[in-house]
Amino acid sequence: MVPTIYYVGLAALLFTIGVTGVLIRRNALVMFMSIELMLNSANLALVAFANARQDTAGQIIVFFTIVVAAAEVAVGLALLMTIFRTKRTTNIDELNGLKG
Amino acid sequence: MDIVLFSITALIAIIGAVAMLLSKNAVHSALFLLMNFGAIAVLYLLLHAPFLFAVQLIVYAGAIIVLFLFVVMLLGAERAEDGEVPQRWQLPLAIAMAVILFGQMAYVLLRNVAPVASNSGDFGAPEKVAAALFTSYLLPFEVTSMVILAATIGVVVLHLPEKRSA
Repeated sequence: MVPTIYYVGLAALLFTIGVTGVLIRRNALVMFMSIELMLNSANLALVAFANARQDTAGQIIVFFTIVVAAAEVAVGLALLMTIFRTKRTTNIDELNGLKG
Repeated sequence: MDIVLFSITALIAIIGAVAMLLSKNAVHSALFLLMNFGAIAVLYLLLHAPFLFAVQLIVYAGAIIVLFLFVVMLLGAERAEDGEVPQRWQLPLAIAMAVILFGQMAYVLLRNVAPVASNSGDFGAPEKVAAALFTSYLLPFEVTSMVILAATIGVVVLHLPEKRSA
C-alpha cells in the first residue's frame, strides 16, 4: 500500500505549483486554470484522508467541492468574457480600472 | 505494485502541472491541465474512490476543460502575455514565496505523521457513497441544486445585452 503521506505530499506539491501559477502568470485564463489545479490538489488530499480513515464522508465532501467548482468555473468564465467585452484583453496588468 | 503505479501517475500529474505553468500558449495550458486531471482521476482509483474517478473525468476532464478551451478560443486570448515586460522582481519573489509555502506544508506533514492506508476498499464503493449522499447528506445535496440554479441565473444575467439608455 502507498502511505497516505505520499498522496498528501503530492497534493502539497500540486498546490504549490498552482500558487506559483497565480503569482507569475499574467493571463487571467491561465491564472484561473491554476486555481482549478489548487482545488484539485485539495480534493486529492481529502480523498487520501478518506482512504486512511476508511470513511465515506471524505468522498462526499470532494463530490460537493467538484459541484461548487463547476458552478464557480461557469460564473468565473462569464465574468472574464464580460470584462473582455469592454476591455478587449485578458492580461490582468492592463485591467487597472480601479487604480487611483 | 501500487507504489509503481502511484509513482508513474504522480510523475504525470506533476509534469502536467509544471507544463501548464510554463507553456506560453493558453490552449496548451488547458491541454496540460487535462493531463493533470486525468492523472488525478487515476489516483482516485488507487484510493478506492471509483465514483469520484468517474465524476472527475466527467465534470473536470469533460465539462470544465472544454469550457476553458471554448472561452480561450472564443476570446482569442491564447497569447495575452506576449510582448510585455514583466517586473523583474516578480519572478524571484514568487518562487521564494512558493518555496516557503511548500516548506511550511512539508514541515506540518512531517510533524504529524498521517496514518497508513489500510487495504480494505469497500468503504468507497459507489453504493456506500450513494447511501450516505441520500441519507445523512440529503440536505446539502438538495442545497447543491440552489447553488447550480444561482450560477445559471448569474451567467445568464452577465451575458444580457447592455441597455442603451443613459
